[in-house]
Amino acid sequence: MANTKLQVAPAPHIRSGASTPVIMRDVVIALLPAAISGVYFFGLRAAVSIVCSVAAAVGAEYIFEKIANKPVTIGDWSAAVTGLLIAMVLPPHVPLWIPIIAGVFAIGVVKLLFGGLGHNVFNPALAGRAFATAAWPALATAGYIWPASAEGALWAARGFDAMSTATPLTLWKMGDIGGAAMTKFYGPLFMGNIAGSLGETSALALLIGALYLLWREHISLRIPVTYVVTVAVITGLYGQDPLFHVLSGGLILGAFFMATDYVTSPMNPKGQVIFGIGCGILTALIRMFGGYPEGVCYSILIMNSAVPLIDRLTRPKRFGEVTDRA
Amino acid sequence: MPKGSFRGGVHPPENKERTAALRTVVARRPSQVVVLLHQGSNCPLTPTVARGDHVRMGQKIADTEAKWGVPSHSPVSGKVASIGLVRTAFGAQDQAIFIEPDGEDVLDESCVPVDNVFSQPPEKLIEIIREAGIVGMGGAEFPTHIKLSLPPKVEVDTLLLNGAECEPYLTADHRLMVERPRDIVRGAQILMRAISVMRTRIGIEDNKPDAINAMRDAEVSAAGVEVVPVKTRYPQGSEKHLIKSVLGREVPPGRLPFSVGVVVSNVGTAAAVSDRFDRGLPLIERVVTVTGSAVATPMNLIAKIGTPASELIEACGGFVGEPGKIIFGGPMMGMAVPSADVPTGKGTSGILVMSQEESVAFKEMPCIKCGQCVDACPMRLEPAFLHQWSGAGLWDEAEAYHAMDCIECGVCTYVCPSRRNLVQAIKRAKFEISARRRAARERGGK
Repeated sequence: MANTKLQVAPAPHIRSGASTPVIMRDVVIALLPAAISGVYFFGLRAAVSIVCSVAAAVGAEYIFEKIANKPVTIGDWSAAVTGLLIAMVLPPHVPLWIPIIAGVFAIGVVKLLFGGLGHNVFNPALAGRAFATAAWPALATAGYIWPASAEGALWAARGFDAMSTATPLTLWKMGDIGGAAMTKFYGPLFMGNIAGSLGETSALALLIGALYLLWREHISLRIPVTYVVTVAVITGLYGQDPLFHVLSGGLILGAFFMATDYVTSPMNPKGQVIFGIGCGILTALIRMFGGYPEGVCYSILIMNSAVPLIDRLTRPKRFGEVTDRA
Repeated sequence: MPKGSFRGGVHPPENKERTAALRTVVARRPSQVVVLLHQGSNCPLTPTVARGDHVRMGQKIADTEAKWGVPSHSPVSGKVASIGLVRTAFGAQDQAIFIEPDGEDVLDESCVPVDNVFSQPPEKLIEIIREAGIVGMGGAEFPTHIKLSLPPKVEVDTLLLNGAECEPYLTADHRLMVERPRDIVRGAQILMRAISVMRTRIGIEDNKPDAINAMRDAEVSAAGVEVVPVKTRYPQGSEKHLIKSVLGREVPPGRLPFSVGVVVSNVGTAAAVSDRFDRGLPLIERVVTVTGSAVATPMNLIAKIGTPASELIEACGGFVGEPGKIIFGGPMMGMAVPSADVPTGKGTSGILVMSQEESVAFKEMPCIKCGQCVDACPMRLEPAFLHQWSGAGLWDEAEAYHAMDCIECGVCTYVCPSRRNLVQAIKRAKFEISARRRAARERGGK
């Protein structure tokens, strides 16, 4: 038999389904319903913001890697995820240079300086947003608008002045809304026709995307469910409207798409539960007692920094460590 | 956790359908057999024959004084053509005896059945098993007589026969259980006597209902023998996991199955034991599944040990297109061999020929800490961290993260979306840790 050229490689010789680029691409697909809903409610200006943000993040990764003479990794889709998320956590009418600078910072400083994909401590998109809101607080939080169709709900809640650029959480924080009238917001908060960041307002669209990620088995419910339930329980204990807190702000987006970021969340199931609860406690505390109306971004960033510690403290018990002889 | 399973593991595509229903066929006599002098355990054997000698089938042709070694026997009658180097599955050159068959298959006079098996003392049975060259036939080639020679004060209550055959593609044990269930049960009875236990459990994955039925029919006549179907889940055939699935016991880290009262043996090994006692035959042939998309007509062959892979592939109609990889064993733990001329050994349960398209060279991407390896590891280790420590040469950390517990099943590498070579990194760490432990022992010893 002719000896053809045989490949010799170590076992295993087969691999299972999704590769990292496929997972990242699926995250982009899962974010699309919420991004499209943002464009639907806030107009084409939102689409321009998304395009600028994604282009900035992907372009920054390309240029920095070229400069550093490193292999270009934009093909793994992770920079696209970061760019898309940055646009989605900023106001829909934010000045365009803000998501661009946030994208360059997220990729250049938060991701590549730490060693690139897999080595970053903080979620790049959230760190980019935190950087922008800290550097230009007035500009980065301007540009919230109320979709025309939602003004009725605002009227019903406040009874005056429908022209506002404040989000429901800001109005609640300022004491402008509260009590039984909060239930009026449930519908708009669920559908998305309400003021907020570009991609955070429609719980429905976000949950459709989350279902896709669950169906593809890219995420588990451990972090999102513990996160959301913790916020609901704590706000409920303090006499707040738990459903309003769950649906408003960036909680659904943060819980399903940012806190579940593999790189910056714990690896072990037990650690993931701790992480989700920690995010929930911080978010509830910031919202109720902090200076900001919303706390999702900072909660996740703070918990990101605790991940190595959580991983260390929640190491699984290896096979045979507990002996049971039947 | 339901009985019949364990935590972690994966279920890769089984790919057994091409051979699962095919009766075993005796492979045509090879033009040459190559008997390795370095089988299984690390004991090199010394030839007891010389070049030019005529040997008979079943005649002992190599042996060792070492406790861990077992002899080798000529799989055919014929002439010793030479004793020299051959390329092995590991890619290295190793000593082997080359025999040219004379086509007569004259049986050696030493090959006689054993009378009054059950009145022999256990030590005698173990000695006969060693003399028959029997090793574990599931792949590891661990000498069976060592497994049966239990240290004093160890109490075992169960013989566990491994009929899981969890590796994709392979159907050698499956066919053996369907076609020779009585011989397997007979082998189990001899093994039970050798370790003085009263009960045998036979663990079979539930994707082989015909094997489960056949073994159940055969088991009825034997006291203490019982078939236990287990979940189809890789690595169900791992000793520790099969014990967990069938008996609910977990072997503690660093310990052997007898520490939880069990001796595990492959169904093929049990059949080999029966062959020796009832037919007089030492271990000179076995079932080999020859399969894969680059093989014309996959088959389950009864092949002489030492048959070059190329001859078995030819018996199956040869290659389809250009082969990419020839794997000895299954796709999860098998070894990709450097040449089609590599001879089969006592533990070669399959020859898997993958096409060039299937033989992808995977490129490592950065770890994204997704935790899939942690979820899938049947030993509940953290392969992602172990890879990190191993890559950085941090052997103390690797040891603290229990690298030595790794059973090298390959599940972590299989699931990794970044296609990282996790199990290879852990093997490397195990090698380094063992070397350091050895060095420490030698320093501390004298």
